[in-house]
Amino acid sequence: MTVAPKREDYDVVVIGAGPAGLAAAATSAEAGLSTLLLDENIGPGGQVFRAISSTPVTERSQLGADYWVGADLVQSLRASSAEVIHRATVWSLDRNLDVAVSIGGASAFVKARRVILATGALERPFPIPGWTLPGVMTAGAAQTMLKSSALVPDGRTVIAGQGPLLWLLAAQILRLGGRIDRILDTTGRRNYFAALPHAFAFLTSSYFTKGLSMMREVKAKVQVVSGVTELAGAGDGQLASVNYVAGGKRETIPVDLLLLHQGVVPNVNLAMSADVKHRWDDLQLCWSPVLDASGNSSVAGIAIAGDGAGIGGANAAVVRGRIAARAAVEALTPAAAAKLPAMAMLRADLARAERGRVFLDTLFRPSLQFRIPSGDTIVCRCEEVTAKDVLDSVAIGATGPNQLKAYRRTGMGPCQGRLCGLTVTELMAQARSKSPQEIGYYRLRAPVKPITLAELAAVPKSEDDVKAVVRG
Amino acid sequence: MTQNVDAIVVGGGIHGCSTALHLCLAGLKPVLIEKDYAGRHASGVNAGGVRQLARHIPEIPLSIRSMGIWEQIKDLLDDDCSFESHGQVLVAENEEELAVCRARVAELNALGFTHEELIDATELRRLVPAVAETCPGGVVSRRDGAANPAQTTTAFRRKAERLGAIAREGVAASNIRYSDGLWHVDIGTEAFAAPVLVNAAGAWAGKIAAALGEPVPVETVAPMLMITSRVPHFIDPVVILRGRKLSFKQFSNGTVLIGGGHLATPYQDRNETVLDWKSLATSARTVFELFPVMRSATIVRAWAGIEAKMKDDIPVLGPSSRHKGLYHQFGFSLHGFQLGPGAGAVMAELIVNGGTQTRIGDLGIDRFHPSAL
Repeated sequence: MTVAPKREDYDVVVIGAGPAGLAAAATSAEAGLSTLLLDENIGPGGQVFRAISSTPVTERSQLGADYWVGADLVQSLRASSAEVIHRATVWSLDRNLDVAVSIGGASAFVKARRVILATGALERPFPIPGWTLPGVMTAGAAQTMLKSSALVPDGRTVIAGQGPLLWLLAAQILRLGGRIDRILDTTGRRNYFAALPHAFAFLTSSYFTKGLSMMREVKAKVQVVSGVTELAGAGDGQLASVNYVAGGKRETIPVDLLLLHQGVVPNVNLAMSADVKHRWDDLQLCWSPVLDASGNSSVAGIAIAGDGAGIGGANAAVVRGRIAARAAVEALTPAAAAKLPAMAMLRADLARAERGRVFLDTLFRPSLQFRIPSGDTIVCRCEEVTAKDVLDSVAIGATGPNQLKAYRRTGMGPCQGRLCGLTVTELMAQARSKSPQEIGYYRLRAPVKPITLAELAAVPKSEDDVKAVVRG
Repeated sequence: MTQNVDAIVVGGGIHGCSTALHLCLAGLKPVLIEKDYAGRHASGVNAGGVRQLARHIPEIPLSIRSMGIWEQIKDLLDDDCSFESHGQVLVAENEEELAVCRARVAELNALGFTHEELIDATELRRLVPAVAETCPGGVVSRRDGAANPAQTTTAFRRKAERLGAIAREGVAASNIRYSDGLWHVDIGTEAFAAPVLVNAAGAWAGKIAAALGEPVPVETVAPMLMITSRVPHFIDPVVILRGRKLSFKQFSNGTVLIGGGHLATPYQDRNETVLDWKSLATSARTVFELFPVMRSATIVRAWAGIEAKMKDDIPVLGPSSRHKGLYHQFGFSLHGFQLGPGAGAVMAELIVNGGTQTRIGDLGIDRFHPSAL
């Protein structure tokens, strides 16, 4: 059934029903603001709580207690007056707070007084030789199948990379009876020393005990190779083997499935297309929106919460969602804000939720050789552009990602740079001895997700359109 | 310390870059100043149409001059600019529109221009097999085509630099003034002086002209374009419509560019535009009706470039009517890309020889300042 938004105007439009979006929409609606929550998935939860209302996995321990926290958030949202539409793809947002959304193949336009973007995170590109071969997947994609369909790998499987999600996925696969032959840990040895000064905050955070027990659980069942410094997939039209170097020793193992993961980065496409100002985050190695303490962006009326505001994890996302919603309530109906938890309290919650994050960011900062490829390794999958192609274009005068488009069409395919943007920025920065901030990023344009010509053609006519138009 | 050069060109669009290159070819040393980077605005993000078809009569001689350069563009720039010549076709959707086409071609022929050719339904179908069967004919300009605008503008800048032009990108020209027979311009911490100043600043040129005492009726506009995912090859020429705002072009990689002059809201000071999706929907509807093959294609991206549009829709090209050594080259009003190569050549002739064989008399800024000089 296709459900279009009930109104043309809302006080608050929240985009994304992950932890931040669920919390923001519930808070805003509870305070009496007309609230619309638009989400691309078939049900609430985003990535971390994916399929929270529908997962076939019923044994709670298999997905872990943290997963089921999502159920409470969904509960409070459903108890509120927020209007929620799933399978709703927002494809345009601009500084006038006009939102274009595609629902069931038809597009609608709504206008908001406030927009809270909770578009979450994407997996960081992992551009190694062979990463585009069939048989290579991201860990996130594997987790999507696991949560929504209880599908786990049964062929020869290698997981490579680093970061908390890698260990969580490994644990979840094993609990559901899936197969993992080897884990190749790419965490740089020097990261352990760099992270040490931040260890105290981490040891006293909730991440520590949970993370440690998960790693123990996985290591008891799977061979883990640490200190991997080189990694490549190989095969003729299909992944057949993984080649790696660890501790100076090279090894090749036959595999059917390689799951790659080296952390997540903010999904900035919608925010950037609305001209929200971003800056390069040198610790998290990604673009993050420039925000004030309430999550307000450089564009009046647009706030950003959750991992889209900078990676902070699910607990922080929930609090950021509440903070952004409270700020919206304060701005639109100050009287109603008095009934909400005080901002100071929320900020204290956020500080607690973010505790240990610097340690994780430092420890799991991906190594240069896994971020900046060379030679024939594909950078842009949509247009099949290699690292060498990019460097050749730099040599003949391409100064940044936008100029590169003219030479190589990088970032001009359907993914709009989601799979190549960070790589292109860092590769060009290295080649030109500039900082990523100086090199910049693609100018992103709506539609941030493709829509069909037929769907656009069916958009209600404008007034201008009714008048006769003569070619100028 | 002030660096002395032969000419200062303000604006790194295709016009400024082309003028800089042609000045180099004439043996001069220009400095080219671009506040962002060459081709950042309209010149780099337009539809890439290389079109003599359906032009205003006063600019036809310039368009024809330019076409000759386009056909040799690779020799000029060492870059093919992805220029392809499959013609441009103006489609009449009914007999009434075809009658207007017939009158237009007759008018051009009477003036001695033969590049536009009236075609019937059969020839239209041969050139554009996918067009709706109800269209009775149109006009073709067979030498026309399309190029990659960002590639082209960059190629002009690069060739100009190779021939000795100084290019400064990322810093705006400031403190433009005339003293002791020279034009002076500051660029950040640098200062340049030259006997010649060319105002080719696109959407920003009107302000420069006004500051120098030559205000003109110009507005800033941002025509929108959108591009589709790849679809099977079905069309070679660029297609424009007689009655509705649409231009349509399929690239060799299969993507289809849809334009036609619907406008976004420009925010010039921020280098931003806000798209008007209701108007883009109008374009989509026109394509939907005319090219059924396109209905399931997906729109991947839409954008708009900021440029200057004159009240009378024709550019300002030629010497200032107030100041010695000042030349204007702006206001190309949504159709300047094809003119860029020719306008640069003509501008260099005006600067070096004091005149040109190409008829541009109706394009001067003096049309707005009849009493000046």
